[in-house]
Amino acid sequence: MTSHIVDARAIHKHFGTLHVLKGVDLKVNERELVFVIGPSGSGKSTLLRCLNRLEEPSSGSIVVDGIDMLDPKTDINHARRRIGMVFQSFNLYPHMTALGNVTLALRKVAGKGRAEAEALGRAALERVGLAERADHTPGQLSGGQQQRVAIARSIALEPRVMLFDEPTSALDPELVGSVLEVMRGLRESGMTMIVVSHEMGFARNAADRVVFMDDGLIVEQGPPAAIFETPSHERTRAFIGQIQRH
Amino acid sequence: MSGWDKFVETFFNAKVMWKYLPDILSGMVVTIELALLIIVTGLGAGLALALLRSLAIRPLNWLIIFIVDLFRSLPPLVIIVLMYFGLPYAGPAPSGFVSTWLSLAFVLMAFSEEIFWAGITSIPKGQWEASRSTGLSFGQTLFNVVLPQAFRLTIPPLTNRTISITKGTALGTVVAVTEILGQASSAMSNSYNPSPLMMGAAAYVVLFLPVVVAARWIEAKFAWKR
Ligand SMILES: Nc1ncnc2c1ncn2[C@@H]1O[C@H](COP(=O)(O)OP(=O)(O)OP(=O)(O)O)[C@@H](O)[C@H]1O
Ligand SMILES: [Mg+2]
Repeated sequence: MTSHIVDARAIHKHFGTLHVLKGVDLKVNERELVFVIGPSGSGKSTLLRCLNRLEEPSSGSIVVDGIDMLDPKTDINHARRRIGMVFQSFNLYPHMTALGNVTLALRKVAGKGRAEAEALGRAALERVGLAERADHTPGQLSGGQQQRVAIARSIALEPRVMLFDEPTSALDPELVGSVLEVMRGLRESGMTMIVVSHEMGFARNAADRVVFMDDGLIVEQGPPAAIFETPSHERTRAFIGQIQRH
Repeated sequence: MSGWDKFVETFFNAKVMWKYLPDILSGMVVTIELALLIIVTGLGAGLALALLRSLAIRPLNWLIIFIVDLFRSLPPLVIIVLMYFGLPYAGPAPSGFVSTWLSLAFVLMAFSEEIFWAGITSIPKGQWEASRSTGLSFGQTLFNVVLPQAFRLTIPPLTNRTISITKGTALGTVVAVTEILGQASSAMSNSYNPSPLMMGAAAYVVLFLPVVVAARWIEAKFAWKR
């Protein structure tokens, strides 16, 4: 048994002959914010996508909130409801309003009636500061606003864990702040979060732990200050140096 | 008689037109019945095949692709003739009406399956992933997220195909279907005058122009900003 809300062990992932994850162990405590960094192609996205089984790991075990994610008997749709995911490209449904985006899963998965779903949806939009944009379609929103709607779409389902895959990478610099602010608010409310991102400033003052991945493995991990100031591995040092020069 | 009068007398002969108006009207009814049957069954079957194809069952998909390619490559007239003259040897003898209906429905099924399928596959993977990550099932994602977007993309090509295949109801004359063209050409040979043909042309315009205009309207209405 485990006390961790996310407990992934010995995750391997192959894409054909490509060995992308080479035995990753990741344990995350409740209310913890884990920041994942690493060079392009190191397997960060693949790891996140294995956690909610958007990607099927080749081997290993994943338990999230006590649910064995890889057990064929697990109702995967039910399990995914408790794991929010935010994508680099927002992936809002363009044919629906912001409110429609947020209420779809509330109605179809959580089984809420229309009125209740809309009340919960509006509350979620309120939390990301977009209550007055409920009736706008994604095309009428800025990138930052779209990403906040995407976050609302996840948090409306009251997930136990939130996964963020480069949530601000597709945004114009002046729009990044508003999304980070929402993420900070989530963190303060006690949400468990795993964040893949290059926003080192955010990592420094919001992350509990920074995980450095390279070539399909976790090379080292620790508190932000330790990883950023005194990394113990050469590869980590090289990567941090590279990022900070930018 | 001036040239103009002669022209009118030949192509827009009021007496002939009046006499054969009921025939043309009954032809219109047959054409409308045929067209509606073809559209409903053809598009319905095309969508059903596209949905089956999205299940990604290999052998089933090969079969679907074979059927679709077959009906897309055969000229509709050939299918109608085969069904009308050939099927009686194999089993039931379909009427000209049924042969025309089923043949064109198969053709529309084949073309619309390809259009629906192209629409479904053009929806970015991220849409599936966002929906599945919130717990929606494959089917719920297909019906709530993917198809509504795919339909908007398919409306223009689907409308064009539907109109052009439905106009193929005129091929029914070959197997003695009394639709517009059939009525018009028999009226023409009975009256030794081409005026019924002009009425037939007018009947097609009356039937299809509103459809084309409606398609334009639907296209504009369902466009949305990305
Ligand atoms: N569906 C797939 N099919 C084949 N190869 C894939 C697939 N998804 C990812 N890969 C490969 O797996 C490797 C790791 O990809 P991944 O997206 O996890 O890296 P990443 O660390 O997120 O990189 P980035 O910082 O660029 O997002 C890459 O070499 C990538 O090309
Ligand atoms: Mg990535």
